[in-house]
Amino acid sequence: MDAALERIQDRLRAARATRTPLRLRGAGTKDFYGEQLRGEIVDTTEYAGIVSYEPSELVITARCGTRLSEIEAALGEHGQFLACEPPRFGGDPTIGGIVAAGLSGPRRATAGAVRDFVLGAHLLNAQGDVLRFGGQVMKNVAGFDVSRLLCGSLGILGLIAEVSIKVLPKPRSEVTLRFEMDAAQAIDHFNRWSAQPLPISATAWHAGNACVRLSGAASAVRAAQTVLGGEVLDEARALQWWDSIRDQTLDAFRPSARLYRLSLPSTGALDLPGVALIEWAGALRWLSSEASTGHVRDAAEQAGGTATLWRGPRDAAMFHPLDPAILALHRRLKTEFDPDGIFNPGRMHADF
Amino acid sequence: MTATPATIDVASTADAALDALRRLLPSACLLSQREQTAAFECDGLAAFRQIPLAVALPHDEEQVREVLRTCHRLKIPVVARGAGTGLSGGAMPCADGIVLSLGKLNRIFAIDPVARTARVQPGVRNLAVSEAAAPFGLYYAPDPSSQIACSIGGNVAENSGGVHCLKYGLTVHNVLGVRGYLMDGTPVAFGGAALDSPGLDLLALAIGSEGMLAVVTEVTLKLVPKPKLAQVVMASFDDVVKAGDAVAAIIGAGIIPAGMEMMDRKATNAVEPFVNAGYDLDAEAILLAESDGTPDEVADEIARIEAVVKAAGATRCQVSQSEAERLRFWSGRKNAFPAAGRISPDYYCMDGTIPRKHLGRVLRAIEQMEDKYRLRCMNVFHAGDGNLHPLILFDANTAGEWERADRFGADILELCVRLGGTITGEHGVGIEKINSMCVQFEPAEREAFFAIKRAFDADGLLNPGKAIPTLHRCAEYGRMHVQGGQMPFPDLPRF
Repeated sequence: MDAALERIQDRLRAARATRTPLRLRGAGTKDFYGEQLRGEIVDTTEYAGIVSYEPSELVITARCGTRLSEIEAALGEHGQFLACEPPRFGGDPTIGGIVAAGLSGPRRATAGAVRDFVLGAHLLNAQGDVLRFGGQVMKNVAGFDVSRLLCGSLGILGLIAEVSIKVLPKPRSEVTLRFEMDAAQAIDHFNRWSAQPLPISATAWHAGNACVRLSGAASAVRAAQTVLGGEVLDEARALQWWDSIRDQTLDAFRPSARLYRLSLPSTGALDLPGVALIEWAGALRWLSSEASTGHVRDAAEQAGGTATLWRGPRDAAMFHPLDPAILALHRRLKTEFDPDGIFNPGRMHADF
Repeated sequence: MTATPATIDVASTADAALDALRRLLPSACLLSQREQTAAFECDGLAAFRQIPLAVALPHDEEQVREVLRTCHRLKIPVVARGAGTGLSGGAMPCADGIVLSLGKLNRIFAIDPVARTARVQPGVRNLAVSEAAAPFGLYYAPDPSSQIACSIGGNVAENSGGVHCLKYGLTVHNVLGVRGYLMDGTPVAFGGAALDSPGLDLLALAIGSEGMLAVVTEVTLKLVPKPKLAQVVMASFDDVVKAGDAVAAIIGAGIIPAGMEMMDRKATNAVEPFVNAGYDLDAEAILLAESDGTPDEVADEIARIEAVVKAAGATRCQVSQSEAERLRFWSGRKNAFPAAGRISPDYYCMDGTIPRKHLGRVLRAIEQMEDKYRLRCMNVFHAGDGNLHPLILFDANTAGEWERADRFGADILELCVRLGGTITGEHGVGIEKINSMCVQFEPAEREAFFAIKRAFDADGLLNPGKAIPTLHRCAEYGRMHVQGGQMPFPDLPRF
């Protein structure tokens, strides 16, 4: 048994005995993300390291405290990568934190989210037991899909100790095209282009610039370029543009007003001013607004989605309120998995 | 206390349930005569049968809700059912419960060609979605072999795959949201039309939950653009291990084929007379690897796949030159199950998944098991995702053959678990593999599954007794497996 794991298990058992709330923390790149940060910090960075990686199996297994940079370097040696492009927020997040937050980058709309790539997970409960769900194989329907339930769970169900993630070969060729258009035109074009068999791997609009990234075989990228037109961004500029969106370093993410993250149907009509950035062909929109959170949420619901109060002064909960039946399910799941309420209380919802 | 009062209780509860359901549903929507309900006694796995108390066939979601509320009030178990093509007995009825057939909820509400989504009822057939989307150049990617008949609701319950999973994903990757009801009739929506929603990912939990958490009445599916062209490479190998190595080499070369399937010699010899696909009958294994995309992209990828399989020792290599030929190459793979039914009175299909590198080892072990259990087994294999479908051939009318087939299957699954794989890749646990769950999961893990079940269905009325074995059941199974004082896999730490 690994000493770092044993220390974490002892912490959990002790916390359970005294009903001490714990705050699970990796690199801390997402300390801003959640309703409240409560409890004694459990530092997961000690329990780190790649457990196994076999490029031809397309899977990497790593302990929760493993840094993304280490994983990306290992994958890079074999021409592979994490296609969900998890945001780094200017730091070097841990894989446990990436899975717990479940946030994905520009490639999400076409390649999939973190949850789409998680194949298995080990969960530590308050007794310190290691529960293993899923595995290292692509297809696995034995038992409920707890590994995916843990993606985006914000650590409220237990400590994600180890994860197995599907990896993909890096595209052989990549080109970013730039177009000048307004936000409404961008959403329209992004959706129409996405409905064609083109190798689109990301779309984003900001300040009159609509960018489309094409990834794949050189021949397919060239053919798509001919279909779409636009101005080709040079490689360095393209990389900088997509990284600034993935890592949220673009100025659109630092507005003077509140910043809202709107998750909507990609064609959803939004009756609100202040759209600063559009991703995922319109399915993700970042809004800078002085309007009240309640007002923004009403508009998001009208458009068929939800709004997260991402940054700025809180005049409401960070996360869009859950439907009462769904909230009741959350409470029951939380009680079943963490009856003593020690794991990240208040992080997802003020009540649990 | 004797058994008599309990029997009366059961009978009176059943009568009360039937009375209540008769008040809810038009007579054509409720079957309770034995000759009618017998048609629902099993799903695609006929070895497990049970006549239900009644079959409800609601034609709208309000009726679904009322049936659930009534059954919840009277504590009557409910087994939801789609097209009944499942292969794990997941839709096998309960003797004291009803079957809730969702077959009449078969409307496609909307295809949105711009947002690339389809909103459908659960009884819609898988292939019908792609047919409805075809005029817009779109399709629904998951394509289980049963796609002509299987329903979207069943696909959601089982997290169904198909031959294109490696590149296009499983059901869980292609469903945006579901709406439905909990067992007590509470309406719920998991996911939606957006790509994510706040809170826990209950959509991921619901998909593949084998009808044990909720009953789904509407599904929003993701549609993807149909590639302009698809071509398939068919390669022969004189050794299954070499074929397995070729699979690893293709992926190692950075290629993700749209589909990658393998058949062993027994499988090709069984299907060839049936489909005339032109398979190389002398080959120990045949590998099919498909490429899709733009014509240039496909030409490029096919050339790379050819080079890799030749370097891996392929003895023959053909590329489909037309759509008709591509479909012919696939026809044997798609018809492997019916072909097994043609050469053997019965067959038993397994669904284990393993890390691809162990393929050769598993196929050798299966050969040894053929001797041990005195039964033949042909192998088809979703090679790209390591999902094996050994088809054990037997005759249910010969005494002892089914029992031997059953043990043969369990033996294969335990081997898959030992090699780091799983007992089911896409068919589900259902009733069939419930004992094998004891091998794959520890008591604390099974308890977590029960915890989830309780959170959704506190009374345990939705598809009870499926997918998760009780401690007691696992103890019984463990005892059964101790032979001569020896555990079957003493080196297995997780037993």
